[in-house]
Amino acid sequence: MPRILRSQKIAPYVFVAPFLVSFAIFFLYPLISTVQMSFQDISGFNDVKFIGLQNYANLANSRFFSAIRVTILYTFWTIAILAPLPLLLATMLNSKQRIGAGFFKAAYFIPQLTSVIVAGIFFRFAFSDSPTALVNAIAKLFGGGPVSWLKSSTPTMVVMVTLCVWRWLGVNIVYFLAGLQNISPELYESASIDGANTLGKFLYITLPGIKPTFIYVVTISVYGGFAMFSESYALFGTARTPGEIGSTMVGYIYQQAFVEARLGFGAAAGMMLLVLMLLINLVQLKFFGAFRLED
Amino acid sequence: MKAFRASRAAMIAVLSLFALFSLTPFYFLLISSFKPGVEMIRSGISLNPHFEKFTLNMYKLVFSLDESNFFIWYKNSLLYTCVQTVLGLGLTSFVGYGLGVYKFKGRNAIFVLVLLVMMVPLEIMMIPLYKEMIALRLFDSMFGVVLPFAVFPSAVFFFRQYSSGLPLELMDAGRIDGLTEYGIFFRVMIPLLKPAFGAMTILISMNCWNAIVWPMVVLRNSKKLTIPIGLSTLITPYGNNYDLLMPGAVLAIVPIILIFILNQRSFIEGLTTGGVKG
Repeated sequence: MPRILRSQKIAPYVFVAPFLVSFAIFFLYPLISTVQMSFQDISGFNDVKFIGLQNYANLANSRFFSAIRVTILYTFWTIAILAPLPLLLATMLNSKQRIGAGFFKAAYFIPQLTSVIVAGIFFRFAFSDSPTALVNAIAKLFGGGPVSWLKSSTPTMVVMVTLCVWRWLGVNIVYFLAGLQNISPELYESASIDGANTLGKFLYITLPGIKPTFIYVVTISVYGGFAMFSESYALFGTARTPGEIGSTMVGYIYQQAFVEARLGFGAAAGMMLLVLMLLINLVQLKFFGAFRLED
Repeated sequence: MKAFRASRAAMIAVLSLFALFSLTPFYFLLISSFKPGVEMIRSGISLNPHFEKFTLNMYKLVFSLDESNFFIWYKNSLLYTCVQTVLGLGLTSFVGYGLGVYKFKGRNAIFVLVLLVMMVPLEIMMIPLYKEMIALRLFDSMFGVVLPFAVFPSAVFFFRQYSSGLPLELMDAGRIDGLTEYGIFFRVMIPLLKPAFGAMTILISMNCWNAIVWPMVVLRNSKKLTIPIGLSTLITPYGNNYDLLMPGAVLAIVPIILIFILNQRSFIEGLTTGGVKG
């Protein structure tokens, strides 16, 4: 090893070098190319025309708007469920009572280990139109009529969000459990001495203590929601869903670029997604003051 | 005391309900994998399991068909996942440790870049990345699947958090013993990072085993596909090959669940100690 690399001053840079190399090749360069391509009409490797903002103007179409709508709604609903519900379940799992927490943790986590394609096979069958299919049969037990789940937008959103909750519930529970275990038990003890009840302890000790984890979970959920493609792909088997009821922004980019071979246009759609995500992250950073750099 | 017991029963009821939600699909997938494809098309997944229609024929089919490509996909998935995991663990622990223990100029800037990569989905840039893969001759190859995700940002983040809690006195002790900075990392610190390695083994292997979008973009040859992508080729608008699909789905779940069960302790421990500082 050259002497210079051994120096204590240089070593940290050697440690982070793999990231910087990977960042340059697999992030920075493609990002710059995306910007560049979004202003081009690309019909072949050597047939590239600069067309200014034309791709962006073409984005003003109902299919793309529908994809934005689906993506935002999906993100909203997944966060509305996947932040409070796992917190509640984690609080239960973290209680001092013997309730077989180990089994439950494993049970909730196992869906995450399953390919969404495999899960999609089950969900398609369970939510099929037939009155004897699993979900319609259960609905019937409670007096609900058979629903054509994957034929119109609201039921489709229900299925996609259910699939997402099924996949991610366990992961978020693990995050919240980790957060709960960082809260000092003495706080709860002294609150008990002061006569606080369970609800009071939850509101004034657990919630403030869990805030960093909560922010983290919301952040990754925003990411997951906006990057969503696989749930929709697993349920419909194509990037373009019938009547656009389940098509997301990433699905739209994939469809435009790799099915319809409109690379420049797809890149412009990618830029819109990027801008949207950065905006939301910015709002979130302002709102939560997340990811401070102190240790 | 009575209220205590009632609350315990209520908690177990709620927890069980959600466990049922989590586990039900596996029960039905398993049952369906023993039923002929025509049966799946006729009656789908219903509450009645129809045990009388069970047969092992489809598993025999999966294991006997040469042209099904199933075992090629399986082998590919295992290979890609192993390479991705080993490469990913090596690189991300190295980088994360560097960011976690050293104070150096540009450290915060680099950490912000890690967060940026974490926050921007690669899917946004998949078009130039696809062209880049062709230019680098990585298209339709294992390294095309693996390399863009080798320095997996969430794992860097995790190792960074975990390393910042390491006992730094050991570094000075190592220097006195004449170890280089890298020697300290490899000989002294890696054993201490073991729980983090357990957790990240699961995170990385799971991501690779289940990846959809990127492998779909970068792979063309049906002999190079992974299990999820291969399975999804059995789902076509012209009708689905359930005879292969259902047992294939079951076999696809098994190895990753085995890895999880073997690593479960260090996974939960690792996530807990690594913690999220926000």
